[in-house]
Order: sequence, then C-alpha cells, then structure tokens
Amino acid sequence: MATVIFSSELQRLTGEPRTEVSASVYRDLVAELASRYEAVHADDLMAMAVAIDGEIIHDPLLEQVGPGSEVHFLYKIEGG
Amino acid sequence: MSEAREYKYVGTRSIRPDGYDKVTGRANYGADLSLPGMVWGRVLRSPHAHANIRSIDTSKAEAYPGVFSVATFADFPDSARDVIDLARNCLAEDKVLYHGHAVAAVAARTVAIAEEALQLIEVDYEVLAPVMDVRDAMLADAPVLHADMFTGGLAETPDTASNIAQRMEMSKGDVEAGFAEADVIVEREYYSPTVHQGYIEPHACTVRFDESGQSMIWCSTQGHFDVRANTAKILNMDLGSLKVIASEIGGGFGGKTVVYLEPVALTLSRKSGRAVKMIMDREEVFMASGPGAASRNLIKIGARKDGTITAMKARLCFEAGAFRGSPMGPGCMTVFTPYDVPNQYVEGYDVVVNKPKVAAYRAPGAPQAEYAAEMAINEVAAELGIDPIDFRLQNAAKEGTQALYGPTLKAVGLVECLEAAKNSPQYQTALAENQGRGLAAGFWFNIGGLSSVRINMNPDGTGTIVEGSPDIGGSRASMALMAAEELGLPSERLKPIIGDTENLPYSGTTGGSRTTFATGMAVVEAAQDVVRQFKERAAALWNVTPEQVEYTDGVASNTSGDDKLTAAEICAQAERTGGHISGTGNINARGAGPSFAVHLADVEVDKDTGKVTVLRYTAIQDAGKAVHPSYVEGQYQGGAAQGIGWALNEEYIYSKDGLLENAGFLDYRIPLASDLPMIDTIIVEVPNSFHPFGVRGVGETGIIPPLAAVGTAVSEAINVRLTDLPCSPPRVLKAIHDNA
Repeated sequence: MATVIFSSELQRLTGEPRTEVSASVYRDLVAELASRYEAVHADDLMAMAVAIDGEIIHDPLLEQVGPGSEVHFLYKIEGG
Repeated sequence: MSEAREYKYVGTRSIRPDGYDKVTGRANYGADLSLPGMVWGRVLRSPHAHANIRSIDTSKAEAYPGVFSVATFADFPDSARDVIDLARNCLAEDKVLYHGHAVAAVAARTVAIAEEALQLIEVDYEVLAPVMDVRDAMLADAPVLHADMFTGGLAETPDTASNIAQRMEMSKGDVEAGFAEADVIVEREYYSPTVHQGYIEPHACTVRFDESGQSMIWCSTQGHFDVRANTAKILNMDLGSLKVIASEIGGGFGGKTVVYLEPVALTLSRKSGRAVKMIMDREEVFMASGPGAASRNLIKIGARKDGTITAMKARLCFEAGAFRGSPMGPGCMTVFTPYDVPNQYVEGYDVVVNKPKVAAYRAPGAPQAEYAAEMAINEVAAELGIDPIDFRLQNAAKEGTQALYGPTLKAVGLVECLEAAKNSPQYQTALAENQGRGLAAGFWFNIGGLSSVRINMNPDGTGTIVEGSPDIGGSRASMALMAAEELGLPSERLKPIIGDTENLPYSGTTGGSRTTFATGMAVVEAAQDVVRQFKERAAALWNVTPEQVEYTDGVASNTSGDDKLTAAEICAQAERTGGHISGTGNINARGAGPSFAVHLADVEVDKDTGKVTVLRYTAIQDAGKAVHPSYVEGQYQGGAAQGIGWALNEEYIYSKDGLLENAGFLDYRIPLASDLPMIDTIIVEVPNSFHPFGVRGVGETGIIPPLAAVGTAVSEAINVRLTDLPCSPPRVLKAIHDNA
C-alpha cells in the first residue's frame, strides 16, 4: 500500500492528513483518490506535479508506485 | 544512479562551442534574420496604467501609404479564449492594465512608416484609477482589475470580485506552540520591488505566415516548443503547420519563457502576406515584457537560547502584475526549506496590480521569500549572540529533513556549503569602520521534465548532438562533454546544436535549472543508444554476438578474439552494416536534485552619500557534479551579480498615475563590471544520485542569497536594520539620518 500525504490545502478536500492506497501505477492511484473523496477531482490532481519517494515528477501518468511508497502532490514548479 | 568515479571529459574546461561566433559577431540573434519582402512591425502601447477601451479605429492607419496590415485583439480567433490572459497580454481586448500594454500593431515597409501609422490609430480610453502596490490591491475598496476574478483557495468562493487571485497555505507541526517555547522572536515585514531580468538582447522575432501550412517563427526564446504551442493556441493553428527556430539568445533568465510579439507578428504576416520582423526597443522591454514580482513578506521566527529554531511563520504577498500568476507558490515552498524546523506555517497571496504581467526571474519567488527569511534568521542569530553560520549549521536541512511542501530531502549540500563559508578566506578577513558583513543561504528545487536529443554519427566518426534546449548558459558545452564521456570520444569531435521544432520531439523550456540535468540525461540515453549500435555493427562484422563486444574509450573489442575497431572505423562502414548510426534519447527526467547555496558579502557604506561598495563577495553552491566548471562558476557569478543589483539599486519606479518612469538602463541601474569586485566561487559537490554524473542544476539558486547577504551587510555597516530593497543611496542615507 502506498501512503499518500495531503498538504494542508488538500486536507480541506479530503478531511484527513493521509491515506493508504493500493495502486501500482500513478494513474490508478489518482483514480482511487478521486473515487474516495467527493471533493477531489482526478483532473485537478493530474494537473499537479507529484513527489514519489522524494523524486519530483512533472506530468506523471504511468509511473510505478511501490508498496511502501510515499506520495506528495505538489504545485508544478517552473523556473527562470 | 551515479557513483563517485573518475571522468575523462566531464569536469574539464573545454572551449565553448559558441565562443568564436559570439566574440566575432557571427552569432545570429533574434533580430538577425531578414527574409525577402519582409516588412516591419511596431506596437501601439497604452499611455495609461488602467483604462477601459471604448473603441479602436484603425482605418486611418490601414490607409496610410506603406502600411501592409494592422492587427488588434479582434484579429485573434476564438481559440485565443482558451489562453485568454496570454492573448490579452499580447494585445489588449477591452481593457488596458498597465502602462505600455499592447493595444494594436502595424506592419509597414519601414519602421518609421510603422511608427507614423501607429499615431493614426484612434483609441478612446475611459481612464480608471490604477492600483500599484500589493498592499493597496488587497484592500476591500481597491480598484478591481478583473470583474471576473474571485479569490481561489478559500473555504468558500467569495461573491465579490477581488484583486487577490489565489490564496494558499502550508503547515506542519504547531507554530503557536513553537513560538511559546521561544526565548527570542523576530517579526518583521520585508519588501522587495519589481525588478527586471536585465537581459541585454531585447525580444525579437522574424515570422512568415504560410497558408499552405509552412509557417515559421525565428525568435529569441528559452523555449521554442512552448512558443509554438502558445502561438498555435492563440491563432488556432496545428502544431505541425508552425515551425519555430530558436536563435542564439542574449540572456533570458526566465524573461523569455513567454510570448509577446510572436502571435502579433504572425497575425500581421497573415494579413499582409509578407514576412514580418518585430523588435522591442529597450523601453518596451521594461514596460511590456515580464519583470520579476514585487512582494511584501511578513516573517516571524522564534528560537531558544541554545540556538534551536522552534517556529517559523510567513505571510507572503506577491504581485502578479496585470494577470494572475505570480511565483507565490514556489515562494511559499522555498521560504523556510533551508531549515529543519518541525513547526512551520506559510500563507501566500497572488495579487494583481496595474503593472506588466510578471514572468519568471531565476528561481521565481524564492529570492523574494528567502530574502525575508534570511534577514530574519540573521537578526535572530544576532539577538542570541550566535555566529550566523553556526546558527544555520545547528538548524540546517539535510538528508532526511521533511520539506514543508512534503517530500523528504535526499542527500543535499547545505551543511557542506556552510562549512565552506566558515573556512573561506573572506570569512577570516577583518572588517573596518563603516563596513559590514552579511551571510545568507538559498534553496531551489531544480526541475527535470521533458527533453529530446538525437546524436547523428558521421562516416568519419564525428558526431552532431541535436538537442531541443536553447542554450542560455553554456549547456551545449556540457552536452558535448557528457556525450564524450559516454562515447569515449573527444568532445571536440562532437558538435552540439539546437534543433528546431521540426527536428526533434518536444523539449521543455530551458529554465528551472533543468537543462544540464534533464537534457544531459537525454544525451546520455542517446549516447548509450549509439554505443549499443556500435556493438551491434562490430558484432556483425566479426560474426559474433553483441554481448561478445566491449566498448571502452572509443574502441570496440571482440572479447572472444583480438579484433578491435575504433568508433570512426565502425562509422566508416555504417552504410554497409545497416545504415548510418543515430541514437535517440527522449525522457521525462525525474529526480532533479535541489541546489543549496551560501553567500558572503562584505560592504562599505559612505555615510555622507549612502553609496554602498561591495568589497568582497564569495558564492558557494552545491553543483552535484560540475560538468563544465567554468560555466558553473559563471552561473554562480552571474546569479550573484543580479542579486547584488536587486539588493542595491534595481526597482521599477512609477508615478502616482502608474506610469513607469525609469524604463531604461540609465535610470534602472544594473551592476556593471566596474561596480563589483571579483566574485569568488566555491563549487561544492554532493552528487545527485538520480543523474548518471551526479548533476544538480545550478543556474538559479545563485540569485537567492545575495539579497539578504547584502541587505544584512549594509544593515551591519550602518547599525540599522533595513527591511526594504533596494538599499539604494537615498534609502540608506535616510536610514542613517532617521537613526542618528
């Protein structure tokens, strides 16, 4: 089971600080969260960047999420 | 994953491949392409900071001799509404939102004719009161820029329009409990002004619209694939019908990640049937491109007597300019990241004002936010009587620290940078009267993302590295070194070039300190693809399997015999063994390693004039692995120079009517070489395990520490705590007199 840790902003939508999700692919993890929390929309999550086990990934879709992985949703970072 | 090893090419100081062209004037920049029959485009810009457009009459301009076409927002197709802010920033629709906002454009035989025709365009304005400061813009009774802007990020969406586009908050632990534990608390508001990236080369493009689907844009840009994407969106074009070529670029720093002229020029070209060239003059660059955001940031930090920081709190208010989208988010995410403190709360606001829409400026959001935090950190250290380096070492983020924005940091080099600062010659140098020393840390995430590379091997064993990342800081040289390392060939035999949007799949914009990291990984992937093919061809020639071929230092060896072939020999026979050899690398790079920095600034203040002289400056930063050390040092020095200018002199100055008063390098004073001492650099290398060579991006972090390093140094020199940037002579003199 991967552990998804919600930021303070996402906690307003989920009502809890973290949850466990059984998914091995990022796309499926997002779908599970969207089905679990009414206020969470898959499109909104897919528009964000994600950190899986500390690695920040922009535009994720098919990334592997291992059992024991830690997942954080982040705002996309652009630079200069 | 990288491991420590000796390299033959990576880490050397090869001659830059673009050097000869740049010093001889052969390099072709954004304004250097001319096409047959080309005409010149110029833009009519708003004389007001805030006004409704009642009507625009272009008929006289259209009839003027020598004019080929005129464009307004009305010429954009409906698809522009999908990117409405971007489109309205290129040409105003029904409202002008800053002094210099583009209203209409003319294409004419000469620039002079175009300028005369602009004067014939009649615009009926209803002038409105402008709002020019984030504090004023956030007031309930402030003039509202957008009637359809309702603050996002609140528990309930308000029903009254506001200039606050977005609110955001992040927290961990319990800050109030943390402050309750503190023996010392510092709480101050800091201000950093609107500044410009100061690139020497203005925005420029030459375009040709072709109704048969071969339209072309040549432009100075950090991201030609995104120029294509955004122009195509605004003008409802297929990506495949628009080719964008990135010229050589004379500076970007984030300011050339946005389109301003290109959609307008292409519209003029479509309407005129001619190629069109448009170049911003310097005044236009200041007035109507994308400066760095101003911000007002309230910081509160508490610490115990033993030097442990117990709580950190911030309220960051960023100006976005005319349309939403300041770097408030990254500001919130970076502000306290150098510190391993369990109790943190950050609140951020993205606020529109009647200034040009901001663009990225080197680690956008981080200089402004971390300036405030670092100034406060230095004040807390002083209150506690603890050396500022020791104070930071005690609380430094390191491997295992959880950042406020979520992830746990992997191995990072902040501690190493702090230790290098402590042992630096500058830190051992005594100060004299009227002199002060400041130190500050800085953090930037760096990013990875999409990069595409192709390596084409020629029959003589030379190669061309075609990459999709415009070179704004020396990345081409680094690509050649990384390819050389993988191929075992001298970098002089590998020529790096920037491919256009038809040569390669999509590559992300050069920015975010991503290029040497992400495009470097794509280069490695492409080079490994070439090596795989070398082995296959050699195996075919020797009638063995590829697994029986070793490839080292440019030579393939048959492990079951004595046969050897050089890369050049394999390439010479490529036609007969399956065709010419070409390797590709297409990736979405992940695992970008953050880069921490620590800077030291020593200054002297002339207390009669308020002038600040920088005496000594040391920039220390973690590069992971410096692929080309000279370029890495150059990035450190360049970031420092820009940060020093931001700290000492640079700011947009507006009249009470919202008109920009210093739109030129004479009155917007960036540092010259004669203003600064040699900036000493120390490269720290804590490898990033996600990159084959351990690379971390370095281009951005270096602009973050100078603001607080210089701000603290000036404060120390005059014994007055300064909070507002820049520390220009009038401000410094006033601070001295007010506290005399």
